[in-house]
Amino acid sequence: MAWTRHQMAARAACELQNGFYVNLGIGIPTLVANYIPSGMTVTLQSENGLLGMGPFPLEAEVDADLINAGKETVTFVPGASTFSSADSFAMIRGGHIDLAILGAMQVSERGDLANWMIPGKRVKGMGGAMDLVSGVRRVLVLMEHTTPDGGAKLLRTCSLPLTGTGVVHRVITDLCVLDIAPAGFEVMELATGVTREQVEQATDASLSYSDALR
Amino acid sequence: MGEARTEDRPVLTKLWPDARTALKGIVRDGMLLAIGGFGLCGIPEALILALRDTGARNLTIASNNAGVDDWGIGLLLKTRQVTKMISSYVGENLEFERQYLAGELEVEFCPQGTLAERMRAGGAGIPGFYTRSGVGTVIAEGKEHKEFDGVTYILERGIQADVALVKAWKADLHGNLIYRRTARNFNPHAAACGKITVAEAEIVVQPGELDPDEIHTPGIYVHRLVHHPHPEKRIEKRTTREE
Repeated sequence: MAWTRHQMAARAACELQNGFYVNLGIGIPTLVANYIPSGMTVTLQSENGLLGMGPFPLEAEVDADLINAGKETVTFVPGASTFSSADSFAMIRGGHIDLAILGAMQVSERGDLANWMIPGKRVKGMGGAMDLVSGVRRVLVLMEHTTPDGGAKLLRTCSLPLTGTGVVHRVITDLCVLDIAPAGFEVMELATGVTREQVEQATDASLSYSDALR
Repeated sequence: MGEARTEDRPVLTKLWPDARTALKGIVRDGMLLAIGGFGLCGIPEALILALRDTGARNLTIASNNAGVDDWGIGLLLKTRQVTKMISSYVGENLEFERQYLAGELEVEFCPQGTLAERMRAGGAGIPGFYTRSGVGTVIAEGKEHKEFDGVTYILERGIQADVALVKAWKADLHGNLIYRRTARNFNPHAAACGKITVAEAEIVVQPGELDPDEIHTPGIYVHRLVHHPHPEKRIEKRTTREE
């Protein structure tokens, strides 16, 4: 049995540490906010200029001047701060954000990441993704292991335009947890009931296994 | 504000009667404009409408986004006044996509943090800076690469705009600006990089009424000011939770 989106988010939340400043991307990464362990303080950054992002507002609290990077209305948590775009990316580029959790279209065995455009499809732009992956201390990709039609997303080399090179540290998919090790993908954990063969079939690169799995 | 001096002297005022008159004589065809805002949050609504009404054409606009089809910078695309956008994300605008795919509109995609820093640098007299953002991607093509301490960076240029349009929450007559919540975003940098900067504000007060410690953009960056008390503030994605 592969992990559900919520199980993937819960697994990603195990990467959080007390006191972390974290940027969550759009999609499954957003769900991680629901799994922050109680008693742990994790401050969420939104790159449009907000530290201390809270949940969506109640209808009566909606404020057009308070949105997240996905342009959704949000709230402050106590101790929040707002700042300009240059300050926001100064903290990103300057290595002050502990962890970014992002979605991806492709990840290569060298940690290259593609998540901003598909040639021939709608071009939307990279937003802050290039700055985030090159600036944040640790980059965690949270994505389905394959495309909806079963195509590999974990590859020897990315075929899509890159967001950054050698930037990904760890990938959590519905099948497993992999690290980008010097020799390529290293499987750290398998989802409950998932076999090595399943992961190997769904991956277009060679895999090694951590000691715990040997 | 007990420390402010109050002797008689003429009050410097940058306030113009409305957005249309504030843009008179300073906007021309072919100009580069910097416009504040993130999505539709913190955009200078009145000034964008006034810019449309100047009829100026062949404009290049540096702005993080391009509005939506019927609001914000989208209004200027509809009237074909824009020939080039410098932006990081334009996904919310179908007219933009149509003109871009038809080759009628040029787009310079720029990573969001790089765009903010290009405006900040341009306003600070810094012609270029090195960043890791975009190294190894199409963004780096044709740009100078340089290694510092074993890490590769690319050279990005500062932006100096002919005219900048920004949105503040509060302003005083000297053009000191305070922004609100995440409506600050690119506005301070757009303001700083404009050779002529025009600001619109919801609240305009006398000099001395704003706490000097709380000013985000000092008035030196602002040349003209417009009072726009009731902006629409459209919300792109209204998301709420239940009690």
